[in-house]
Amino acid sequence: MTAIEEHVLRLDPEEARRVRQERLERIGRWVLPLAIMILAIWLWDRICVWNDIPKYILPRPGVVLQTLFDDAGLLFSSLLVTLRVTFLSLLLAIVGGVGLAVLFAQSKWVEMSFFPFAIVLQVTPIVAIFPLINIYVDNQTTKLLLCAWIVAFFPILSNTTLGLNSVDRNLRDMFRLNGATRWQQLRYLRLPAAMPYFLGGLKIAGGLSLIGAVVAEFVAGATGQSSGLASRIIEAGYRLNAPRLFAALILISFTGILIFLVLSLISHLILRRWHESALKQER
Amino acid sequence: MQEKVPQAPASASGKGPMLLALRGVGKVFSNGVTALSDVDLTIREGHFLSLLGPSGCGKSTALRLIAGLATPTSGVLDWRGSSSVDRSNISFVFQEPTLLPWADVFDNVWLPLRLKGVSRAKAAPVVMEMLARVHLTGFEHAVPRELSGGMKMRVSIARAMVTKPRVLLMDEPFAALDEITRFKLNNDLLELWQDEHFTVVFVTHSVFESVFLSSRVVVMAARPGRVFKELVIDAPYPRNEAFRTSPAYAALCRQASDVLIGAINSTAGPHHDGH
Repeated sequence: MTAIEEHVLRLDPEEARRVRQERLERIGRWVLPLAIMILAIWLWDRICVWNDIPKYILPRPGVVLQTLFDDAGLLFSSLLVTLRVTFLSLLLAIVGGVGLAVLFAQSKWVEMSFFPFAIVLQVTPIVAIFPLINIYVDNQTTKLLLCAWIVAFFPILSNTTLGLNSVDRNLRDMFRLNGATRWQQLRYLRLPAAMPYFLGGLKIAGGLSLIGAVVAEFVAGATGQSSGLASRIIEAGYRLNAPRLFAALILISFTGILIFLVLSLISHLILRRWHESALKQER
Repeated sequence: MQEKVPQAPASASGKGPMLLALRGVGKVFSNGVTALSDVDLTIREGHFLSLLGPSGCGKSTALRLIAGLATPTSGVLDWRGSSSVDRSNISFVFQEPTLLPWADVFDNVWLPLRLKGVSRAKAAPVVMEMLARVHLTGFEHAVPRELSGGMKMRVSIARAMVTKPRVLLMDEPFAALDEITRFKLNNDLLELWQDEHFTVVFVTHSVFESVFLSSRVVVMAARPGRVFKELVIDAPYPRNEAFRTSPAYAALCRQASDVLIGAINSTAGPHHDGH
């Protein structure tokens, strides 16, 4: 601390102000959202108390937390079911998205022919497609996976396709001059060049596969066969068990945030040495 | 004339075995622009040849034709009787360093060998030797963004030279560098050229650079791109900092400069290509 202050003392006022500003911003990035969150929870609690709201309408935060602990067994086993669908569908989205992107990259004609269909699949609401899937697919897990996959694969496909086509022209010439085969060009040039784009798509797809899994469970939940978090929410809704509803909702949110953070970390670790997006700003 | 100077590559006076001849080469792009028109040019083994000219004179196009990255609309490229290029003998250095940003220096230099199936272990001695030649020993694990512009260009040159090419094609490689760095790279390039006896075709828009480096300077004119005049730079190698400040160098620069001005003035009007 003293070392920093001494350092600051030797700086002119403008630079010293900048150093202080940077330090404040670093702390603020964490403290501010946390403070707002705590404030909001406190306000939520007060509103419940002041208006005497019954807990089956709006439970107090403490009650929600209590439910999270009391129903932990039930909720977490459901979370596990949802997570399984989420990760499997994300995995399939990666395989499918990257696979299709590589296929598209082989020829402009293939891309022109098939890309519009990927868009059609993307823009049609999954809730509207589900009844069809319900008719054609028997296996419950397969239904859910298919739904979550349709939602999640597009950002990966679209981003990876863009990345594979964004290779520096001179680098392409350099590979040509060195007699690189198609496979070598893909392996050593186009795939690494597409990596930042792919990772950007992956971050979006991670969240979407969770949403896809939950939405699919919701639609499937109407038939009462699912055991994921969404069906817990539906069930709790029928029983006016608002505390459990909130607990499940919080669990889903936190899972989404966690998925995003993990994918961001992976992206950072892969890109930190070379890509602009991951470099530390040196003013 | 310096055939007797040891280490000096083929004489500056135009002798030495022919490597490549462009005969009546023309290139018209699909948008109707005539990039090159009826170019005759002989490139001799071991020469350092510069293509000098204003932008739009087709010097980069000529280089791409030689590299086989484009095909001529008319005329032929005669590689000692063969019209096809053996690409394993040609290396290209682009205006930008054109490195793989995700790969470290070693992997970047290894790349051309890797594409030919040479393993890392087998390539290592050659790669390390090349890095030493361009004064980058100790930087093999740095990634391009950690290097300065001049160092990146050195990596690019090392990568081009790692396959021991017979022809090195360079497209304004030092144009984006500061003068001090450019001088250093000029010196190092000449040293490399004298040691390895390869042929260089060097595209530049700098009179001073072309005169300093080359045994021959081909001055080109624009609209349509064509050869305006060839100059023999009759000064002995090795050329160093002393040469750079010598009256002989100044006189040669002045001569080349006059020819270049003539080439620029020969362009009749801004819309000559008729499209």
